[in-house]
Amino acid sequence: MTQPMTTPSATVGPYLAIGLTWEGGEFAVPADTPGAIWLRGTVFDGNGDPVPDAMVETWQADPDGRFDHPDDPRGAARHPGFTGFGRSHTDSGEYAICTLKPGRVPDGEGGLQAPHVDVSLFARGLLDRVVTRIYFADEAEANAEDVVLRGLPEDRRQTLLATPTDDGYRLDLHLQGDRETVFFAV
Amino acid sequence: MTGTTPGSRLDLRRYARTDVALRTPVGYADYKSTGLRAPLRTPVDLPHRLTEVTGPLLGEDRVTAADADLTKRLGGEAQGQRIIVHGRVLDSDGRPVPNTLVEVWQANAAGRYRHVVDNWPAPLDPHFDGLGRVMTDDQGRYEFTTVKPGAYPWGNHHNAWRPAHIHFSLFGRAFTQRLVTQMYFPDDPLFFQDPIFNSIPEGARHLAISRFDYERTVPDWALGFQWDIVLRGAEQTPFETEDDGDVA
Ligand SMILES: [Fe+3]
Repeated sequence: MTQPMTTPSATVGPYLAIGLTWEGGEFAVPADTPGAIWLRGTVFDGNGDPVPDAMVETWQADPDGRFDHPDDPRGAARHPGFTGFGRSHTDSGEYAICTLKPGRVPDGEGGLQAPHVDVSLFARGLLDRVVTRIYFADEAEANAEDVVLRGLPEDRRQTLLATPTDDGYRLDLHLQGDRETVFFAV
Repeated sequence: MTGTTPGSRLDLRRYARTDVALRTPVGYADYKSTGLRAPLRTPVDLPHRLTEVTGPLLGEDRVTAADADLTKRLGGEAQGQRIIVHGRVLDSDGRPVPNTLVEVWQANAAGRYRHVVDNWPAPLDPHFDGLGRVMTDDQGRYEFTTVKPGAYPWGNHHNAWRPAHIHFSLFGRAFTQRLVTQMYFPDDPLFFQDPIFNSIPEGARHLAISRFDYERTVPDWALGFQWDIVLRGAEQTPFETEDDGDVA
């Protein structure tokens, strides 16, 4: 049996804001939720210039490490108002997502992953999304056990570690250059 | 807390990876903007775990019935060739993807986007904003009414024109299935010089082109175009057979 071929991707182009702007898209939880944090960072191109027309989307577990999704075999997440999903345009080059810090998530092989957020980055000049993960620099113990981080050389691992700020964490994303972010093929 | 014990194994659905030879590359030399943006290092393989096999299931609360008709906006009727665009969202196993959000955006009939950085001198249409949203039904079907977008010039190369296209964004039901793409129209004479179209490997380009649909064309009203979108399906393991119900 021949399977249908998957539809090829294309760039979002320069006018993504027309179709992909949502009121409040950057809120994976309402801002007044206890424990809410902001994940922020700047997206940089190969010249080191901020990218003002990208879109960052985030998907993550809740603080118990569960997903609001029927394919999480452990059952529903229980954090009212938490969607796990955020979408932020980078006008001025910076993304900002209001969310809860995720818990550790089983790696399916008997271990636990470190807290992490899956990220899709879309922009003019990218013909497909690029995918990365945000980890948390203050989770040293969990990070040391994480199956994904452990597979990366030390200097590359650093590109995924968000550092604490006044209201959450910060991780810049570098599309190219010495500090090019680790991007993943999913 | 009643979470899964760390020691347990999870039997998760994994998603097929599309053959690299049939995927659009992230960067493409003839498309100038990729030069400083497309990452230069080889991406690291990420096996599909819980975070990747789940994803946002965005629903009805983001969509109203009026969002499916782009021709009636801002208190009037859009100018241009009225068209109906419809099709199914499937996965590569041939299964429909029901109740999934489809977002579209496009230029108006003159090829102009309603966006601050689009300043080429084609007229804006006071009754066209170029934004549509629909949910697929329980069979994975979607449909919206719009006007055929015009071609538009851009600065990529001398005399560069984008073929008419509609931008599509889809979520499916898993992070791995997320797709943003563009739908083209049959026999567009501008394909030959468009690097965004030609960045698609030759064997997959036909998948980005809609089909004129006389069956769905409505007399005295609108032309029909049909376009099915295929998201990634389940990974086929060597142990799986067609009749997988019988396999332990
Ligand atoms: Fe466009």
